Amino acid sequence: MIELKVNGHSHNVSAEPETPLLYVLRDDLQLNAAKFGCGLGQCGSCTVLVDGAPTLSCVTPIMLLEGRQITTLEGLGSLEDPGPMQRAFIEEQAAQCGYCIPGMMMRAQALLQRNPRASDAEIRANLEPNLCRCGTHMRILRAVRRAATLIAGPGSSPGTPGTHAASAAGPQLDTSDTDNDAQGDARSRPAHSEKRERPER
Amino acid sequence: MSRILSHKISRRAVLRGTGALVLSFSLSPQAWSQEGSGAQSARRAAAPKPLPGSLTKNPLLDAWIRVDANGRVTAFTGKAELGQGIKTALLQVVAEELEVPLEQVSLVTADTSRTADEGYTAGSHSVQDSGTALRNAAAQVREILIAEAARRLKAPGEQLRAAAGAVIGPNEARITYAELVSPNLLHVEAQPVSKLKDPTLFRVMDRPVQRIDIPAKVTGGAAYVQDMRLPGMLHARVIRPPSYGARLVQLDVGNIEKMTGVVKVLRDGNFLAVVAYREFQAVKAMRALSLAARWQEDAVLPKQARLHETLLGLPAQDQVILEKHESGDRPSQTLEATYTRPYLSHGSVGPSCAVAQLTEGAMTIWTHTQGVYPDREAIAEMLRMPQDRVHCIHVEGSGCYGHNGADDAAADAALIANSLPDRPIRLQWMREQEHSWEPFGPAMIAKARASLDSAGRIVDWEYGVWSNTHTMRPGPAGALLAAQHMERSFPVPEPKPIPQPEGGGDRNSIPLYTLPSAKITHHFLRDMPVRVSALRSLGAQMNVFAIESFMDELALAAGSDPVAFRLAHLEDPRARDVVTAAADDFRWDARPVPAGGHGYGFAFARYKNLAAYCAVAMQVRVDHETGRTRILRVAAAVDTGQVINPDGVRNQVEGAILQSLSWSLFESVSFDATRITSIDWATYPILRFSSVPESVTVRILDRPGTPFLGCGEAGQGPASAALANAIANATGKRVRDLPLNAARVKAAIGV
Repeated sequence: MIELKVNGHSHNVSAEPETPLLYVLRDDLQLNAAKFGCGLGQCGSCTVLVDGAPTLSCVTPIMLLEGRQITTLEGLGSLEDPGPMQRAFIEEQAAQCGYCIPGMMMRAQALLQRNPRASDAEIRANLEPNLCRCGTHMRILRAVRRAATLIAGPGSSPGTPGTHAASAAGPQLDTSDTDNDAQGDARSRPAHSEKRERPER
Repeated sequence: MSRILSHKISRRAVLRGTGALVLSFSLSPQAWSQEGSGAQSARRAAAPKPLPGSLTKNPLLDAWIRVDANGRVTAFTGKAELGQGIKTALLQVVAEELEVPLEQVSLVTADTSRTADEGYTAGSHSVQDSGTALRNAAAQVREILIAEAARRLKAPGEQLRAAAGAVIGPNEARITYAELVSPNLLHVEAQPVSKLKDPTLFRVMDRPVQRIDIPAKVTGGAAYVQDMRLPGMLHARVIRPPSYGARLVQLDVGNIEKMTGVVKVLRDGNFLAVVAYREFQAVKAMRALSLAARWQEDAVLPKQARLHETLLGLPAQDQVILEKHESGDRPSQTLEATYTRPYLSHGSVGPSCAVAQLTEGAMTIWTHTQGVYPDREAIAEMLRMPQDRVHCIHVEGSGCYGHNGADDAAADAALIANSLPDRPIRLQWMREQEHSWEPFGPAMIAKARASLDSAGRIVDWEYGVWSNTHTMRPGPAGALLAAQHMERSFPVPEPKPIPQPEGGGDRNSIPLYTLPSAKITHHFLRDMPVRVSALRSLGAQMNVFAIESFMDELALAAGSDPVAFRLAHLEDPRARDVVTAAADDFRWDARPVPAGGHGYGFAFARYKNLAAYCAVAMQVRVDHETGRTRILRVAAAVDTGQVINPDGVRNQVEGAILQSLSWSLFESVSFDATRITSIDWATYPILRFSSVPESVTVRILDRPGTPFLGCGEAGQGPASAALANAIANATGKRVRDLPLNAARVKAAIGV
């Protein structure tokens, strides 16, 4: 048994000590956010925080993690009460398939915890280990900048677009920073929550 | 709506009726889909109906839209969410035309027991096919409900209107849809013409709406097939042969079957898999099996350094797809050029995955396939089961971009589940399996030759494109790796070209430009040295790269500005508008003279010559020391007809541009004589943040009231060509072989 501290809770895990953290998070703790992408530490989709530092959970065996503070995307907020990083990604609509996004968010979270005023160049350099195949990069960058503003609180970071702190299921899409065209005016939208079709179990 | 008969209504009848309606939902027009694709197309051809979009495939309104006794609306689409935002867009369409609040509508996507057979979710067709069907179905359902209200209120229909899930009559009398709906009210065939809403009255469509799937994806919700956890579920891994055609000649499984957690080692010919209680146990057993297996391999692959010569030497089936000769002015100069593209990987960030379960002789498969019906057909054939015993349900996977490993993973999971009745089997590929076994986007060659008259106008144009097929999708079992590898194997199906006007390798090989004389030939290569199939935009990316590179070469020879040269050969006003819009946003006319490694490029195409129009302008800086290209600025314009979700269109076009830049700057599948050697992100590098442009803008040209045009793949070709043209502008050297990587650009620049 190895005791793991994940998102503030302790778990006694029976998996073999060499098991990479990713499999324990997904299979033993039933956490979805950290994703298997390569198992080789090349793509970043499994990124979580260990004592605040971004860590590739697919190549980190749990025997190294006893007593360390592990944070996954689930630790940043929930569907009902999303945290600033999550709100920022929703507000910027910074996902296509979304598979790489949790890893992006965790790496960005580590950066902003360390340096809330990270520059655009620092954000880009920080995200270099993480791959996105859908080409959502521009939105990811915008979302991280927005998250920095949300984390810093109202009135900070002048120049960051769309600084209003709407709720996650906010009624409309702020397009003030998207580019031109007559449809950019944010006409009122009804709130809409996810209604996933899941298979019967 | 004369076919609407009167209905006796009671609350109980409604409740009973709608329940029965859901249960008895008939797929009868689909029954013939079980006869296979040949019979399908024959039947379709025999009974053409002039119905809008995919309503031709199932004309029953309640196959698309149902309203329950609580007024909740369920819409059904045979298309799948691939990360392109289709769920949200289709919900907007239904909410708009049916006059219900968006949050009152839910959507069921591709499922062989619940939705119409809309084939593959591919080719930028989802909004065109399913969006059109749902829009018309919703409008007709609205009118049926209004007619029913008119009957009850004894008021003329024209005095009634629908709003917020109810019909409003004279004196503001209000009857909700829940009160109006009754058994079989919507179990009627669609009409060819619908009373569609005037776009000026839209309140949901043509508005940016937040995608319904994103909140779960950014908070750790169960959003993907990879996230499924069924009771009693086991984890499986396959051990693929090391190379195409390799045969398993020796295997000692003794110790592996005794490994902790291992439930089963499955061998069926050259198909090898392991099942364990826990996922990492399956991974460890897979590694042990890889070491325990001895394979006999053949050196079957061409020399990579001579790939394009090899392809040109293969027997070709030539088809002239355009030939016209008009007398024009005398040519004053003639240019020729050859362009190439390597094999490209889809490279989804998450390897393919599926869950399958055999229960009482019936197989259920949860899969991120693009086509649940063709996948069912293939898997049923592979398992030698009747199709009605196989049920395929789409669940999202990692991004798709074409025919990747999704169908193969579904077949793997089904074959394994078939040997372990009642246990759900979750099968996920490893990174190296996805990279080495997915069907790649085909390598291609294009040769262009054109003449200019003394005024700098194109007078004749000759173009040939050499390519394998761009679809080896399921339908036939032999399209599936598991079916190819199992003992009683199925042969790889005969490759076929996709006919014009959409085309496969020849997609977008006919320029939209005015050409007095032209001859365009598709040289279809039947033999496939490397496993290939559909990659986002099929041949369009390569053809637009080649044609638009060549247009710049011609413009240079004519002494014309690249944008002016294009406009001088473009008649379609919507094409001209898109070109002008991108040039304006980029401030093309104000661009500086290229200097200091800076260069400016432009490209345009209308996807398939029948979907969205897209133009891209780009500024790059090329480092002369290294040949490395940095993309500074991208301005795109797109006309996708009637827009549903402008932010969704922008997201798709931005993504297409960035992905195409990755293909064009970095990517090439590599192989030696025997094996694919680009097996991970180190050996197959793609775009990372250090190469992401500084800015990308996408302008949407709104065309309210016009038909939907697919936009998901429209950016692929123009982005590649704008990049090539910008590099040529920056360096004065033309690179015609993709990828335009630092080594190639450096070689072109010279020392």
